[in-house]
Amino acid sequence: MERNPMRRQLQTMRKSLFDQGYLDDQFVQLEELQDDANPNFVEEVVTLYYRDSGRIILNIEQALERKTFDFNKLDAYMHQFKGSSSSIGAKKVKAESTLFREYCRSRNGEGCMRTFQQLKKEYATLRRKLEAYFQLARQAGPVETACRPK
Amino acid sequence: MAAQGRHGGKKSNKMTALVVDDNTVNRMIHHRLLDNLGIENVAVVNGKEAVDIHCSGKTFDLILMDMDMPVMNGIEATRQLREMGIRSMIAGVSTRSMEREIREFIEAGLDDYQEKPLTMSKLISIIHKING
Repeated sequence: MERNPMRRQLQTMRKSLFDQGYLDDQFVQLEELQDDANPNFVEEVVTLYYRDSGRIILNIEQALERKTFDFNKLDAYMHQFKGSSSSIGAKKVKAESTLFREYCRSRNGEGCMRTFQQLKKEYATLRRKLEAYFQLARQAGPVETACRPK
Repeated sequence: MAAQGRHGGKKSNKMTALVVDDNTVNRMIHHRLLDNLGIENVAVVNGKEAVDIHCSGKTFDLILMDMDMPVMNGIEATRQLREMGIRSMIAGVSTRSMEREIREFIEAGLDDYQEKPLTMSKLISIIHKING
């Protein structure tokens, strides 16, 4: 049982990210790549994700402003976005991406627009939660032993 | 992990790998996965760069090849590398799940295929095929 109260808070925060479906096992895979030589690996990957995927979000937004939707292009953008989201374990974001792609395939413009709004909400929510998590992790300091509850 | 490469004449026993992926996040993760296993690795951003790096004379024990990339995709790059006589282990890594698409990728000359995201256990299973 973690004695440090800040560490306990961090564990609780982490557990809720999984319990509430924001993250999946891929996030654990990233955590397992973190070590003394790369102590901030997860945060670095997540930062890179938000930087890169921000451009894709912008591309999709612009594509959805057009009078006629190019569903093939929208699908291609979302394929890229989903890939990155999947790589960091962003479970809800990935689910919305999948739904968006289904709407692209069925040429449903309204479905695309609706899903995209939901996707952006999930994307922003995850970002806020992860930023808070990483900030607390930095304050809590490094763990001496790897002891991560599943 | 010290392993004999598929290509002789290497000064080091360290295994080498080439990551071919246009996605920055995936390149970072694959690089770290390989680093963790002690595998020296280099990354390029599309199939053409993968072909070019081999044309420059470099070879690798393992190539992790993404499918969807601009300029030259993974299917075409795999085909060209095989036509060049490259016998490295080429593992396709993609988010594609349709059987037809995966089959086309495999038929281009892959030794293995893994669905993204790549994990340590998937990478180890690929490496066992090189050593086994």
